[in-house]
Parts: sequence; C-alpha cells; structure tokens
Amino acid sequence: MTRWRAALPLLLLIALGGLFSVALRLDPHAVPSPLVNLPAPAFSAARLDDPATSFTREQMLGRVWLLNVWASWCTVCLDEHPALLDFAKRRQITVVGLNYKDKREFALAWLARHGNPYSLSVFDGDGAVGLDWGVYGVPETFVIDAQGVVRFKHVGALTPRVIEEHLEPLLRSLSS
Amino acid sequence: MSDIESQAKAIAAELRCVVCQNQTVADSQAELAVDLRRQIGKLLAGGASREQVLAYMTARYGDFVLYKPPLRADTAALWFGPGVLLVGGLGALAFVLRRREKLPAGRFEPDPEDVSESNRG
Repeated sequence: MTRWRAALPLLLLIALGGLFSVALRLDPHAVPSPLVNLPAPAFSAARLDDPATSFTREQMLGRVWLLNVWASWCTVCLDEHPALLDFAKRRQITVVGLNYKDKREFALAWLARHGNPYSLSVFDGDGAVGLDWGVYGVPETFVIDAQGVVRFKHVGALTPRVIEEHLEPLLRSLSS
Repeated sequence: MSDIESQAKAIAAELRCVVCQNQTVADSQAELAVDLRRQIGKLLAGGASREQVLAYMTARYGDFVLYKPPLRADTAALWFGPGVLLVGGLGALAFVLRRREKLPAGRFEPDPEDVSESNRG
C-alpha cells in the first residue's frame, strides 16, 4: 500500500504529461463546425462566370459534392491549389467553388492564371453565403452527401495528406 | 446611441471572434467581426431578440462563439471542474494536515540546527 502510494506522484505526472502531449497536438484554431451532419444551408447565388444564372443547393441533391471556399486575395488558396487541381482531375466528383468576398474580374483572372479545378464557382461578393456556412477562414472545404447533408468540413489548405487521410476515406464510404 | 446599437454592442461583447480567438466580436477589427457586428444589427433591426441572435450565431459557428457556453451534460466539466478541483484540493489539504497533527513528535525529523549560526566564528 505504501509502495503504491509512493508511486502516485510519478503516475500523476505521467498522466498529466500524456494529457498535455495530446492537447499540444490539437489545433485551437480548428473550430468544430455545427454544420457537420446537418442539412447544408440553403442558398442561391449567381455563378461567377455567368451572373444571370444562379446555383442552388437543390441542384446538387442526389450527388456527393465538394464546396471549396476560395478567393483571389487568399494566399493559402494558392498553396492548396495544386492539390485541389490534382484531386479534381483524379476524382469524378463535382467541386463547387464559393468565391468569397472577391471581385469578379480578379477571380476570373485568378482562375485563368492558376487553373480551374471547379465544375463551377458561385460568386459571394459580400460574403452572405459564407456567413450562412459559418465560413471564418479561407480556404474552407465542405463535403456534402447525396441527401444534401454536410459530412465534413476542413478549414485551411487541403494538403495531399488531408485528402488522403480524411477526404478519400469519406468519399469512398459515401459512394459505396 | 440608439437602442438597437447598444443592444447590438452588448451581444457582440458576448461573442468570441472566431478568427482572433481571444477577442470579442465587439473588440475585434477583423473583417469577419465587422461583418458579424453588421449582421447582429440587421437581425435586431428585423425584430430578432437577443436569444434569436445568439441562436443564429451558434447555428453557424457552434457554442464556441459564446463566451458563456450553455450548461449541458457535455459542458458540465467546464462549469463545475474548477469548483470540484478547488474543493477537492482543500479537502485533501485538510485531510493531510489533520492526520499530521495527530502524529507523535517522534515521527518528524528533528529541526536542523541553524546552519548559519553554527558556521559563524
């Protein structure tokens, strides 16, 4: 009993160390999204390339799709761009861009210059659509399933690793 | 300042700016905070109550935006954890002190001689 008690401080220290080492690896900036596992917010917004045509959530019902929030002023978007281009080319999946708080001409020039991974982009110049999706940092990526339910949200650049470890397994499970 | 403005300000002071996490939406100059302040004003002007505005924000950004999270089973540790730790710590301290009080003097090491005194000379 007394020997066990003598080891107690050491055990406590090890337990605390374990707790801290886990906590250190958590990202305090990753705000858990309340949208995950809820129906995607309703929205209707004009297409980036065609202001006269609007795009709505309902158009995508029955299909699994990605919503990627981007802007021409967003430098991190440029970082994730190669991975997104590669992903869009590889996967037969609709990637919709949400062009957030941008100017049309800048956005179109950015796509022409860096390549366009999107099936289409919608224009959200004042950020109203982004507000409903709880966007707080660009880029952000959502996966929406065939029933129109948000299944995944990633804040920050989509790296090959995020795609490999989170996106691909989810998409596999959604399509099966 | 109008009624709505002061109410909007009070609500903004209860919300955490998700971009710059240690500031309230009222204090922050981040673009998103500016947008959210405007949105709060708009909602209030549209007749929304304080609760409705807070519900609007938590639906988008989660409980995380609230500086004062709701009391629920999964947030109980947040609310009661510090109190439990304090009471537990004081209890443990009282327990140890009381036990020590009852120990005979022989169980303690004798006080060392005053080193500075004996070294003098």
